[in-house]
Amino acid sequence: MSRASEPLLSVQGLEKHFPVTKGLLKRQVGAVRAVDGIGFDVVKGETLGLVGESGCGKTTTGRLITRLIEPTGGKIVFDGRDITHMSQGRLRPLRRDMQMIFQDPYSSLNPRHTVGAIVGAPYRIQGIKTEHGVKRAVQEILELVGLNPEHYNRYPHEFSGGQRQRIGIARTLALKPKLIIADEPVSALDVSIQAQVVNLLEDLQSELDLTYVVIAHDLSVVRHISDRVAVMYLGKIVEMADRTDLYGSPMHPYTNALLSAVPIPDVRRRSERERIRLQGDVPSPLNPPPACRFHTRCWKAQEICRKVEPPLTALAPGHQVACHFPENLSGDAPPAPAAGQEKEPGTISPVS
Amino acid sequence: MSAPLDVSGDELRAAPEVVSPGADAKVIQGRSLGRIAWTRLKRDKIAMGGGFVIIFLVLVAIFAPVLVGWFGHPPNEFHQEMIDTLTMQPKGGTGISADFLFGVEPVNGRDLFSRVLYGARISLLVAFFATLLSVVIGTIMGVTAGYFGGWVDALISRLMDIFLAFPLLVFALALVGVLAQFETQLAVKGDTLRILLLIFVIGFFNWSYIARIIRGQTLSLREREFVDAARSLGARGPYILFREILPNLIAPILIYATLLIPANVLFEAALSFLGVGIQPPTATWGGMLSAAVRYYTVPHFMFFPGMAIFITVLAFNLFGDGLRDALDPKSSR
Repeated sequence: MSRASEPLLSVQGLEKHFPVTKGLLKRQVGAVRAVDGIGFDVVKGETLGLVGESGCGKTTTGRLITRLIEPTGGKIVFDGRDITHMSQGRLRPLRRDMQMIFQDPYSSLNPRHTVGAIVGAPYRIQGIKTEHGVKRAVQEILELVGLNPEHYNRYPHEFSGGQRQRIGIARTLALKPKLIIADEPVSALDVSIQAQVVNLLEDLQSELDLTYVVIAHDLSVVRHISDRVAVMYLGKIVEMADRTDLYGSPMHPYTNALLSAVPIPDVRRRSERERIRLQGDVPSPLNPPPACRFHTRCWKAQEICRKVEPPLTALAPGHQVACHFPENLSGDAPPAPAAGQEKEPGTISPVS
Repeated sequence: MSAPLDVSGDELRAAPEVVSPGADAKVIQGRSLGRIAWTRLKRDKIAMGGGFVIIFLVLVAIFAPVLVGWFGHPPNEFHQEMIDTLTMQPKGGTGISADFLFGVEPVNGRDLFSRVLYGARISLLVAFFATLLSVVIGTIMGVTAGYFGGWVDALISRLMDIFLAFPLLVFALALVGVLAQFETQLAVKGDTLRILLLIFVIGFFNWSYIARIIRGQTLSLREREFVDAARSLGARGPYILFREILPNLIAPILIYATLLIPANVLFEAALSFLGVGIQPPTATWGGMLSAAVRYYTVPHFMFFPGMAIFITVLAFNLFGDGLRDALDPKSSR
């Protein structure tokens, strides 16, 4: 392929500021900076995981990429075309190549439509004729995602959460897209079903040559499915690296704190690890802290963190971090936060 | 750093459900929400009773001429022979007999049975079409306001407030007075004009209630993810409105319509009672009540049209309540 090295999706400085208005005249008094200048590339065939706690702007990012909401600034290039401000009419044919899996399988399927109508909707909306009729095509896709094709005439409420999510996945696959944005694809499901759906997504990726952007707050899910992982905090990417690098030697203090919160099923190993407890809440994106946005909760924060915003720079090959005092800098540092480091909640201590 | 999800093995592979083809030739038919509501409604004895009464009333109204031909006398036919010429009251107090099932009117002796039956035609006709008008306008306005939002919503919402605050009864009285002046110049005259007028007055000024309900429902439906899913597939506005949102509004529309009909029956009766509605000698329930007020010594004159209104309103309300429980089981009673 000629564009093999070119990214399928390229996001540069993407911004979404929701205006806050006041009074009768709708005077703008501020803006919620939900997504505030993020950038990443997704190469064909890879899976990028986007993690962060609730309210950090990951879902907004997904909705911006699929152009369900209008970006305030920045640039989205999909498959070599700038779609940042493309009109919905011109975007329509491109939507075949870019689909979205939604978070809530109970709300993402219209309760009044049969499974056949739901999975067949992409053909109808895009006006695509299929070789053996829509019904046959839909049944093939249902089989592909592990559903009984005879359930064509059933309604969503007759299915379990996991089955419903499969119906949603079947709908996104109908048009054979290149890129799938999965917005929390498994967080509404039971853990046992989560594994099924994640494995299904992986199988489909190798079978259909898909590229994923997986948005999730569950670090284990992201670790399982992603090739590269981007960590978001308050509308910005604070760290982006290969899966093994990020989980093995996280550099940003926030990533460290997140990883230390992942439960370990082994009691003995759990006691060996120290947990970083972040104090306070995520600051409001209406009025984010200046410079480094994490400094209000960071135990390593110093004067410079309040004055100068750390740029997202590559500190190791393929490992970008936005921090003045990154951890695990040597590269072969022990995995997870090492013992002996100062990790008392809220205490601010100079780094040695 | 391990978690439950690190299990990887063939036991978690997808496709646990695919059955061998041809094992069951019968096509699986899903149970739609409508069918489920119907089963639920069938279990509700009171609602089904109300439903049967409604069907009975509609049949009576449709076949009123036939029934009157069998069991009664033409509604506007005088039967002076049934009236005691001294007191001007029906002979024997009511005049109820095998010939006159509901008795006769005082003074002119018209058959009450026939008049109640013919009154049902006017009442149900006006109530149905007025409700239809309200529902059509209300749904269009509500969906438009809820779906498009912004200044469209603001405009329609204020319009609703204006219509809610409108002094409808005074307006109806004035409108009838004015139209009566021009009746000779209008294309439609007499009862047809009055019926159209009633449908317009009742229907056109009641849409704001249903529009508010539909607007609220649309607002919440618009935020559901299946609308986003349709949009991310490239669906246009009309597709989302008619294919995604409107099917989900059928339940509230149906419920509200069945509960609006009895209100309109009462409203029509009230207007006829005030003399704004259909003019005598055409029989209406409200008009009969109005006439009966002067003859309190012959209570059966008031009893039969009053019972007709009562039974109709009760049947529709019981059926409407049952329908709401069946279509929307989560709503509080």
